[in-house]
Formats: sequence, C-alpha cells, structure tokens
Amino acid sequence: MLSRTADSLYWTGRYMERADFLARILEAAVRLAALPTRDDAAQSAWAGALASSGMKGAFDAGGRTVSEKSVREFLAFAADNPTSIKACLTRARTNARSVRTALTIELWEAINGAWNGLNELGQPSRRDDFVGYLDFVKATALAVEGAASRTMLRNDAYWFLRLGMALERADNTARLLDVKYHLLLPPGERVGGQLDYFQWTTLLREVSALTAYRWVYRGSVRPWLVADLLVLNRQMPRSLASCQGMIVSYLERLATDYGRRGPAQRLASAHLSRFNTARIEDIFQSGLHEYIQAFLKENNALGAAISEQYLA
Amino acid sequence: MTQAFDEMAGDGSGPVREGYHALSEWLRQAPPDLLQARSRQAELFFRRMGVTFAVYGDADSNERLIPFDVVPRIINATEWARLEAGLKQRVGALNAFLQDIYGPQECLRAGVVPAELILTNPQYRPEMQGRRPPGGVWCHVAGVDLVRTGEDGFQVLEDNARTPSGVSYMLENREMMMRLFPDLFADHRVRPVDDYTDSLLGALQASAPPGSGDDPTLVVLTPGPFNSAYYEHSFLADKLGVELVEGRDLFVRDDTVFMRTTEGFRRVDVIYRRIDDDYLDPLTFRPHSTVGVPGLMAAYQAGRVTLANAVGTGVADDKAVYTYMPEVIRFFTGEEPLLSNVPTWRCREPDHLKAVLDRLDQLVVKEVGGSGGYGMLVGPAATRAELEAFRARLIADPGAFIAQPTLNLSTAPTLAGGALAARHIDLRPFVLSRPGAVEVIPGGLTRVALTAGSLVVNSSQGGGTKDTWVLDD
Repeated sequence: MLSRTADSLYWTGRYMERADFLARILEAAVRLAALPTRDDAAQSAWAGALASSGMKGAFDAGGRTVSEKSVREFLAFAADNPTSIKACLTRARTNARSVRTALTIELWEAINGAWNGLNELGQPSRRDDFVGYLDFVKATALAVEGAASRTMLRNDAYWFLRLGMALERADNTARLLDVKYHLLLPPGERVGGQLDYFQWTTLLREVSALTAYRWVYRGSVRPWLVADLLVLNRQMPRSLASCQGMIVSYLERLATDYGRRGPAQRLASAHLSRFNTARIEDIFQSGLHEYIQAFLKENNALGAAISEQYLA
Repeated sequence: MTQAFDEMAGDGSGPVREGYHALSEWLRQAPPDLLQARSRQAELFFRRMGVTFAVYGDADSNERLIPFDVVPRIINATEWARLEAGLKQRVGALNAFLQDIYGPQECLRAGVVPAELILTNPQYRPEMQGRRPPGGVWCHVAGVDLVRTGEDGFQVLEDNARTPSGVSYMLENREMMMRLFPDLFADHRVRPVDDYTDSLLGALQASAPPGSGDDPTLVVLTPGPFNSAYYEHSFLADKLGVELVEGRDLFVRDDTVFMRTTEGFRRVDVIYRRIDDDYLDPLTFRPHSTVGVPGLMAAYQAGRVTLANAVGTGVADDKAVYTYMPEVIRFFTGEEPLLSNVPTWRCREPDHLKAVLDRLDQLVVKEVGGSGGYGMLVGPAATRAELEAFRARLIADPGAFIAQPTLNLSTAPTLAGGALAARHIDLRPFVLSRPGAVEVIPGGLTRVALTAGSLVVNSSQGGGTKDTWVLDD
C-alpha cells in the first residue's frame, strides 16, 4: 500500500474519532449546564468542555470569552478551529476522498453522507437543534465504524484506519479524565458533594459507560473506580488499557502481514505491558494528573513512531 | 437557425429513426412523473457516491454533480459500424503521424503539414525527437469528439489525444440506467461498455517497457483531489485495481521509477498519467511544478517506464493541426478519410483570416491550444463588444486561432422542466490503442446542452450527460 494511502486512512480514523469525542463532551456540557445547583455551574460546564477538548489555547488566542454560545460555536463549527467537529468531519472526508480506492463503497458512503448531512444541517443555534446535531455526529461515527467493521477486508487498509481510531480514542479518554480531576469542580464545591457526583456520572455518560460502571462495580459512583474503569479495565472498550491493547494488536497484524516488526511494535508492546501490573491505588497515590500527562506523552511518541515507520 | 436534425425523429417528416422504435413507444406510454422520479433518484445516488467534478474558479462549490439525463441516446448498428471504422482509421493515422513527426518527419518533408506548425508548436516536445515509446504506441487513449448535423453521418470536432476525460461518466451512466430502467434494457440489445477497464488494462500492460516481466506494475497518476477530473482518476484506478498515485508518491533512482509503500519501495512500469506534459517532471518542464516527479523524463527516455499517453501527443490534438487530419489520414493510410472534419478556417492563412473577420458574428472561433470550452468566441451569441475584443486578438495573433461555422448540432429527446424536449448533443467515443491494434468501445459519452437552444455541451459550462446505447444487429 502507498504510504500516503496508509497515512490518509490513519487520519480518517483519527478525525472521525475526534469528531465523535467532541460531540460527546459538548453533549455532556449541555447536561451539566442544565444542573440547577449553582449559578456558575453552567459557566463551569462550558469551561470544562473547552478544557477537555485540548483547544483552550486556540480559543483564548481568538479573543473569545467562555459562554455557552462561544464554546458551542468554537468546538462544533468554528472555521479557525482546525479540530472543530465540522473541521474534523471535513478532514476525515477529504482524507477518505483522496484514498477512495482503498475504501469500500459502504464506508465511503457513510463518510461522504456525513459530510453532505453536515452541510445540510448548517449551524443550529437552538439548543434542541444543537443536541440533534450532536446526535447526528455520534450516529455518523457509529455508521463509519460499522461500515468499516462489516465491509472492509482485514488487510492493511483496515488496520491503519483502526490504528488511527484507537490512538485518538486513547488520547481523548486520557484528556477527559484529566479535565475532570482538575478543572470541572468550581471553587467552594465539596469533593464528593452533589455536583462532584453529578460530574463524575456525566463523565461516564459522555463515554456511554454509566451502565457499564454499574455492572462492573455494583455500587454508587466513586472517583477512583471511574478512573479504574477508564484507565485499567480491559472490559471497557475505551479505557486506556483497552485502547493500548487494540493498538498493539493492529500493529501486530501489520507486522504479520508485512513480515517485519519495527520500533512502533516494540514501543506499543512496552506500553501495554505496564498496564498488566498497574493498580489504580498506586496511580492515585502518585497523582492521576501526572499519570495521564505521562500517558499522553507516550501516546504521542507512539504516533510519531508509527508515522516514521509506515506513513512517511 | 433552422430546425436541427433529431436523433429520434430525424427531420420530423418520416417515421421514428431506426433503433428508436421501442424507446419512442416507451416514452409515449411512461407515466408522466416516472421519468422525473427516476431523475431525482439518479441525482441522489450520484450525490451520495460523490460522482462529482470540480469547477475551477468556483469557490462556493468546488464539487458539482454533472447533470444526468435519464433518456438514453441510441446509435443503431449500421451507424456504429461506420463510426467504428472511421475512428480506428483516424486514431491509427494519428499514431503513425506522431511516430513520424518525432521520427523521420516524412510528412513534414512531403508538405502534408507545414513543418513550422509542428516544430514551433508549444505541444511539440523536442525531448521526444528520435524516441519511440514502448510498443510504438503514442496515443493509448483517445476521446474523439463527434457532432452530427444531419442523417449523413458524423463529423469530428476534436481529437483529444492528451488525457481525455469523461469515461467514468460513460460507465457510471450505464450502471445508473441499468438500475433505473431494467425493463428498457430487456427491450433493446445494448452492447455493453463495462469491459472498457479490461481493455484499458490490457492495452496498458501490452505497452509495458521491455524487462518489466509478466506482471508489470501499473499506476494511475493524478494531480490530486483538487483536479476537476479527480473522481474519474480514482474511479479508474479502482476499476483497474491499481494504485492511484500523486507525484509525491513516486521517485526516480537510477532511471527507474519507484513508489513509496508501507512495505518499502516498489518499481513502477506503466504510468497512466492524467497530468499534462508540462507538469510531469520539474527537471525537464515547468521547474516550479510540484505535482510531477523529478527525473521522470530521464527514466522515460531510458525506456524504463511507459507513460500513457506518450509525452508529446498534444501536438496531434492542437486545433490547427486538426485541420490537416484528412491529409494526414490519406498520407499514412492511403485511404480516403471515413470521418470528415468540420469545415475549418485556419486563421494563420491570410485569406482564411480575412474570410473569418468578414463574418465573425456567424462563426465559432477557438484557440488552437485551448480545451474545455474556455477561451472561445461563439459569434452568434456574442455582444458587439466581445466581437470587437476578439477581432483585435485575432488580428494580433492569427496563428493562435481557428474558426468554424456555428454547427446546428443534432438534438435528442431530453427531460427538461418535467417534460421531454429536444436538446443539442455531441458524442465522445473512447478509442484504445495497443501495439498493433486499435479498439473502440461501443458507446461513449453523450454530452447534452441542457438550456433550450444552447449549443454548449461542456460540463465546465453547465452541460449534462446521457447514456449512449449502441445497438447490436
């Protein structure tokens, strides 16, 4: 396969995943902002969504101030935000279009259909229309993943697409956790209080994991168990450990198909082996924030190794 | 302008023309809203599939659908047999002509074509002088534009011998029609077009350079997703089962072309390039072009790679050279041309220029190197100011122009505004050459001017397309 083709597939996967993630954090913000407890809860919800996105710097640089309207506009539509939902879907589609020959018809239709739909939906300003827009984006991500899973040959095209999705998903889960731990709770609000509880459950909802939490932990929502679910639990498909497992397995499939292993495989396996012995108590002890920052850095380094080995 | 010849009704005085009986009856009986419903279905499908082309200088929508008309155009078996023979003869002569002007130049010495018209032509590539492309094939793919002004056959309007486009629409239109109107196919013996890609693959493989083995590696080279015909490039690569590459995917080492893959470098033997000569290799042609491959011409001249079409074929579809095609055909085949040219004035000749200037408002004037309906004057539709501006251009540089009468193109029934109406059409059949053989795919792209009375069928100017049915006996 052409390196450029692999690169475009990988980025199609990453941008689709990111669009889905942004839709989820915006949906969570709409929920959090509706909470009646405190006046500044709404403001905090939108600040939290912005921080989760990792795009606060770009937001501030544009001279914006945090409000429901400005954050929604920036994360969903803004032309000057290179990873707004709209930009992500457009880039996913541009990448897919440049490698159409590597996609099945169903997969191309799912991606192209999403782009057509996006243009038809425009920029809804009413809150209910906006929620409909987010639903559309999430449904799109499901359709794309489903089309890929159901129609693509299990060859390198598929592995590169999935690799991009898994790497981006790991990055997004890590950011999400980090933001909750440090930013979301407004000053004066008690840890373990009602708002804190609501925020943790909302975070679980964001990643469609609230029911999963109940199944796994059989109790009320506790921060360290949420972290356990999203960091170490291998049953949870978007936990860091699960994403890392997927990354390793896709890289191994590539290595098998090509008959050659390289730095990307070695790096990914080394990361994964550390999850096998990790305990959430230890992670909290030495600081969840520090742990996540280190993970993000390693994830980036892995991305660079993949690019170097296959995509350049 | 008088009533045009109609593909279905002829001059209107007699019965429906041969081949059109079943369609005519079907159109008469079809419920009024059926065609419109099918038309909407087709549009939705094309939009969903992204069957689009880009319009240059149109920032708002850089991707557009080419309007698709659901009423097919029919060519009966007798008509097609004549067309096919004429096209084979013409493209055969075209290849011989290219081989000659880049070789011994006998036709120039014999005065068949003025030597300075060839040797000073911007499309003439001195780099190819004395070279013979692998297998001796210059024009692997030609798209010859034909128009019809009456019962008695077709006339050639242009020989597109560089990188003719539109074949994906020929194939997609057929797919669409078979999906929308299976019954109609059951009532006709329509010759299939879908073996085009097999034929193209065969022609390209047969033209591979010596030493590339039994299974040469082919690629389609595109300028990229922003090119107007990008959809077609990806479509063809997909159907051929080969990589669609951009210049940056390729590199040249030791006069050999390689592509960058996830498994390392792989040798490339045949490049079906959809990039003009000028952009192929910045070391030989335009130095600032970034879509090409540095060193490609050296590899080509070393005979290590096939480029289809060959470098330098553009000189054969220059509009001034076109006017000499009848003589070229006679010279190289010893036969009379089976397909005629449209009568054309060569503005480079003073008496022709004078004749053109005298009746500018009745003529179509074209730039000799132009394509796609750009930079032309349609006299009868031009304002006084446009006519005067063009007159000045003609006088300043007469050699850059040819002129033709405004042709009363034939019409075909077309769905317009919810009802059937006659609209002007042309036809671009696709002709494939391989060493020792020329093949014509039974069909082609019928383009249709969707505006009543308009003669402009180019997709870049808002024209549409139809499926083209060549009937079996």
